Amino acid sequence: MMRRLYNFAGGVRLKEHKRESTSSPVGRTQLPQKIILPLHQHIGVPAKPIVNAGERVLKGQVVAEAGNNISAPIHASTSGTVLAIEDHPIAHPSGLPARCIIIKTDGKDEAAGGYGAPCDTSALTQEQLNAAIKQAGIVGLGGAGFPTYLKLANEAKKITTLILNGVECEPYITCDQMLMRGHSADIVRGLVIMQRALGIKRAIIAIENNKPKELELMQEAIYEAGTPDMELVQVPTVYPAGGEKQLIQTLTGKEVPSQGLPMDIGIVCHNVGTTYAIYRAIAFNEPLISRYITIAGSVAKAQVLDVLIGTPVSHLIEQCGGNRKTLSRVIMGGPMMGFALHDDEAPVVKTTNCILVNSVISDVPLPSRSNFSLPCIRCGACADACPVGLLPQQLYWYARARDFDKVQDYNLFDCIECGCCDYVCPSQIPLVQYYRYAKTAIWQQENEKTLSDISRQRHEFHKFRQEREKQERELRHKQKRQAVDGASTQDNKKAAIQAAMERVRRKREHSDVTPKNIDNLTEQQQKLIEEADARRKKKLEELKPEKITINTSGRESE
Amino acid sequence: MKLNTPASPHVHGDTTVRKMMLRVLLALIPAIIAYSWFFGWGLLINATIAVVTALGCEYLMLKLRERPVNFFLTDGSVVVTAVLLAFCIPPLAPWWLTVLGAAFAVIVAKHLYGGLGYNPFNPAMAGYVVLLISFPRDMSIWLPPFILSELDFSLPATLNAVFLGVFPTGYTLDALSAATPLDLIKTQLSIDVTIAETKSAHAIFGDFGGIGWEWIGNWIFLGGVWLIYKKVISWHIPAAVLGSLFTVALIFYLKDADHYASPMFHVFSGAAMLGAFFIATDPVSAATTPMGRIVYGIGIGILTYVIRVWGGYPDGIGFAVLLMNLAAPTIDYYTQPRVYGHKRS
Ligand code: SF4
Ligand code: SF4
Repeated sequence: MMRRLYNFAGGVRLKEHKRESTSSPVGRTQLPQKIILPLHQHIGVPAKPIVNAGERVLKGQVVAEAGNNISAPIHASTSGTVLAIEDHPIAHPSGLPARCIIIKTDGKDEAAGGYGAPCDTSALTQEQLNAAIKQAGIVGLGGAGFPTYLKLANEAKKITTLILNGVECEPYITCDQMLMRGHSADIVRGLVIMQRALGIKRAIIAIENNKPKELELMQEAIYEAGTPDMELVQVPTVYPAGGEKQLIQTLTGKEVPSQGLPMDIGIVCHNVGTTYAIYRAIAFNEPLISRYITIAGSVAKAQVLDVLIGTPVSHLIEQCGGNRKTLSRVIMGGPMMGFALHDDEAPVVKTTNCILVNSVISDVPLPSRSNFSLPCIRCGACADACPVGLLPQQLYWYARARDFDKVQDYNLFDCIECGCCDYVCPSQIPLVQYYRYAKTAIWQQENEKTLSDISRQRHEFHKFRQEREKQERELRHKQKRQAVDGASTQDNKKAAIQAAMERVRRKREHSDVTPKNIDNLTEQQQKLIEEADARRKKKLEELKPEKITINTSGRESE
Repeated sequence: MKLNTPASPHVHGDTTVRKMMLRVLLALIPAIIAYSWFFGWGLLINATIAVVTALGCEYLMLKLRERPVNFFLTDGSVVVTAVLLAFCIPPLAPWWLTVLGAAFAVIVAKHLYGGLGYNPFNPAMAGYVVLLISFPRDMSIWLPPFILSELDFSLPATLNAVFLGVFPTGYTLDALSAATPLDLIKTQLSIDVTIAETKSAHAIFGDFGGIGWEWIGNWIFLGGVWLIYKKVISWHIPAAVLGSLFTVALIFYLKDADHYASPMFHVFSGAAMLGAFFIATDPVSAATTPMGRIVYGIGIGILTYVIRVWGGYPDGIGFAVLLMNLAAPTIDYYTQPRVYGHKRS
């Protein structure tokens, strides 16, 4: 607890609104009639369905397998019959439907074989752990949805520090807090598994200083587990302290290089929810089929629920005593970075941490931005609040002018869309909306026709792949060097050469087999392209500045 | 039921432009009271004339430019401009002078450049400087503080003077007026009277600056500090303006105290305090990066001193602010903060 902290510049202090949902214990959801499982709940390629309509599925059974190496399988959250595999409204800012496996629940909650069977975790090797985490469909539950096993691979030994993020800095969201309250020991056990998977010792657990109770519980859990390598750190309560980059800076004083990953500076961050999921997956063979979600806002009883993945949002709202008839907006995520749903029939997914309900009677995250904005008065409040050190007023100026070169000169792509600038702006300009528009437009310009889902994910994914390839290259070099060094006898040398030739041959073959271009597309791929295009177009359409407040006249609004 | 889908963030802080401007006006109230205590009703009358004129011009321009009138008229910025301008106009100046200044500030300096947020120059200072250049005589007739005056200027008498140019029987404006301390030192120096001699020969000097002026300066300082505390302005600009003015004055004062006034005198005289906290901090026309604000403030401090001591006008803050307004975009460009994850240079 004596670690020196490096507080980041900027940030804002927000009303927490956490008490509402933490005053009662975590509840269970009633079983919904239907479970809707979108195939794309993570960063990477969508999962591939392996069940057919009409088929009976059991709880914990794989219904869609990982699409490729950067993807995650999806499991049935309960038993029932597959109704269809078709487009359904999902939680996505674009509001476009996407492919989902829809299961009619049968109320028996019958589990697949092996589900929930305790397992001796200490016997598993690093590879086995990683494979099991991959199989369990675990992705980052903090919101990003990056397949977790990828962030636990450490062949090149580059990662030296594991940070467990228990900060949860956005108002209203309390699911991680309640998880720490109820399952601190399991989280610590999960952390031990992660340390083993990574093959490292050092772990830092960060918790905001507005959660003294959870801090104490975690402290006890660490003490009881007898794991002295874990360091518990209390960080100041200021938004966005829980942002990955900000947390790393606070804890270590280091900064993730621009356009880089924490891995570049030897750090990997995981969320407490993810850690708990890993524990359940490894110790009890339970794939990721449920998670904690905060339901707050205009509902009779705000609380944290243990929710099956795929439950429609409307079901949760009703269970908490909200009136579906008077809904005005439903936010998935927190009030600062969450997005408003187009349809409350959309299901919760692996990355859903909070449902914030607003009704026409009381608009919950008050006060919200006025519909009118004044011109920027260049007061600089936004720059003072920006945790990244950007000049939001300049970004806004150039984004509005559609000067996309200049806006990149001012480092648009370092913006984390935290919304701090927007929050403090006295002219009430929807700044983040302008940045999103500019980013999307630039992505579109750069990558007119590529096979992928929304551009943001492509960007993230690209960064990751580059990094991974670099690591693998390094590893290969290292192995090769070792092989050559170790080849003292003729035989050894010959073997090494042969192995190298074999590798080359394999590689050539491999690259012949899978030409990754857009000439030979399967029907499914073609469909994906079209979908992605439609989504992109719709998104851009939505973000067009004509549709957002143009404040030279201060008269238009959304 | 159709759901609303606004973009994030879904909450907003409670700062608004109107609130900021209201706070600026609030912060000026103690200084306005002190001013009126020492120099009579003139400021209040000037301020009223300026505010009415400015609001009228704003209304007219918004109509002409087809902007939403109520929305912009109530943002408060034009009132702040008018009040700041009134501070810079002598208390007994004829009414049309104030009207002219306010109209120029709003119509030319603000709206012809694009209105709120787009004006490169501080409108109040633009209005002031135009008056100073066009009507130098009217703009330099200031009153001595009441305690030194033989005549108690009542409200009707002030109104008569401002609107009708009629003064109490037996007095002319020239006989009533007195030079400001800055002005006096300057004219006396030009006829080879040292500062110490000037100070002892004239009763208008107080501890630091002129009697009365010092007190106004104190209240402006307190108002400014409150604004910083309330986060309406940041400390960078006032600190840089006053700090650099003080430092430069100190250097010359130490070299030759007979010909260069003390740093405290400079800080507490003329519009230095007002300029540092209320005028140079006008966000629209100032530099906006933290480092840039400091550079900008230092520029104003030094230029003010240079104009005061070697220039043709007794006070230089108006010119200094306008000159630095010109430099602000360039300063901003070269003082961008380091962005997270970028190399430290
Ligand atoms: S906070 Fe708003 S008004 Fe102030 S500089 Fe930033 S964008 Fe402009
Ligand atoms: S949204 Fe972007 S520009 Fe605004 S404060 Fe956050 S990082 Fe800075």
